[in-house]
Amino acid sequence: MLSDQQLLRYSRQIMLPEVEIAGQQAWLDSWVLIIGAGGLGSPVAIYLAAAGVGTLVLADDDQVDLSNLQRQIVHTTERIGVDKVESARQTLQALNPEVQVETIAARLEGETLAQQVARADLVVDCTDNFTTRFAINRACVAAKTPLVSGAAIRIEGQVAVYDPRQPDSPCYQCLYKDGDDENLTCSESGVLAPLVGIIGSVQAMEALKVLANIGQPLVGKLMLLDGLSMEWRTLKLRKDPACPVCGSGDR
Amino acid sequence: MVGTDTTTAVIWKEELMIEIHVNGEPMNLAPDTSLTDLLAKMELSGRRVAIERNLEIVPRSQHGTTRLEHGDQIEVVQAIGGG
Repeated sequence: MLSDQQLLRYSRQIMLPEVEIAGQQAWLDSWVLIIGAGGLGSPVAIYLAAAGVGTLVLADDDQVDLSNLQRQIVHTTERIGVDKVESARQTLQALNPEVQVETIAARLEGETLAQQVARADLVVDCTDNFTTRFAINRACVAAKTPLVSGAAIRIEGQVAVYDPRQPDSPCYQCLYKDGDDENLTCSESGVLAPLVGIIGSVQAMEALKVLANIGQPLVGKLMLLDGLSMEWRTLKLRKDPACPVCGSGDR
Repeated sequence: MVGTDTTTAVIWKEELMIEIHVNGEPMNLAPDTSLTDLLAKMELSGRRVAIERNLEIVPRSQHGTTRLEHGDQIEVVQAIGGG
C-alpha cells in the first residue's frame, strides 16, 4: 500500500494510464543494479531514485575527480576524492530518502558480479570499458536478468535493452565481439556534457518500462545517436544463433 | 581478335559491378562480395564493429555468407565503451 506521502510524491507518474498504482508499486518493489557511477550512472541513478525504484545498488571503484564534474552530475565539488558510490548515495538520499541505496566501492567481477546480477531485477550498464561490459552481459544471460546497456563518447551514443527472459532476445555479444580491440575512453576522446544525460535518461526510461512491463522496450533494437546532427537511428538487432554467450557458438 | 575480346571483357565486367553505399558514400564492388570481404577491403577485419545492412544489424556469424546486393545501404557501427 502506498502512503499518502508516496501518492503525492509519485502522483505525476501514477496519473499516467500506463503506470497507475500497479506500475508505481512495481518500481517500489524493484531492485536495480547500476554498474558505474559516472557520466551515465549519474542520470540513471538520479532518475530511478526520483521515480521511486525501491532498492538501488551502485557499484564503482573510482573516486570523484575534478575532471568528472563537467558531466557526472550526481557528484559535487566538495566531494572530490570521495568514493563515487558514497558521493552518489548522498545525492540520492537527499533527493528521495525512502529509496534504499547500497554501495559497492569495488569493480564488480567474477563471483561477486554473478551474485549481484542474480539478486537484481534489472541491471543498468553504465561502465566505461569493454572488459566489464562483456562480463556484465555474460552474467545477465546466465542469470536471465534484463540488461539496459548504454554507451557514450564524444558527441555520439548507443542504447539497447537485452532481455534474456525472452528466448529470441539478442545479447550484447550478438552485437559486438569480445576481444582485445581498442577502447576509446572519455578521458582520451572527450565527451560533451549533456550527451551522457541524454543517453543515461534513455536508459532510465527503458529500465522503468521493463520493470513495470509497459510499452515496448528497446529489445532487439539498437538506438544510435549522432549528437552533431541530433539524429537518432534505430536498427534491428537479431539474436545471433552462433553467439558464444546466448547462442550455440563456441566461447 | 585478342584486343576486341579484352575490351568486351572489361565492359562486361563493369556492367556486372554492383553499387552500394557504405557510410553514405558510393562504392563499386564485384558481385558476390560478402560482408567479410567488405570488412577486409575496408581494413576493419577483426575490429569491434557491427555491420548494418538496410537498417538491420547482420549477425556476425553470417558475415561470410551474406552477399552484398546492388543498392544496399551499409553502415559500419563502431562499438563505443564510454560511460
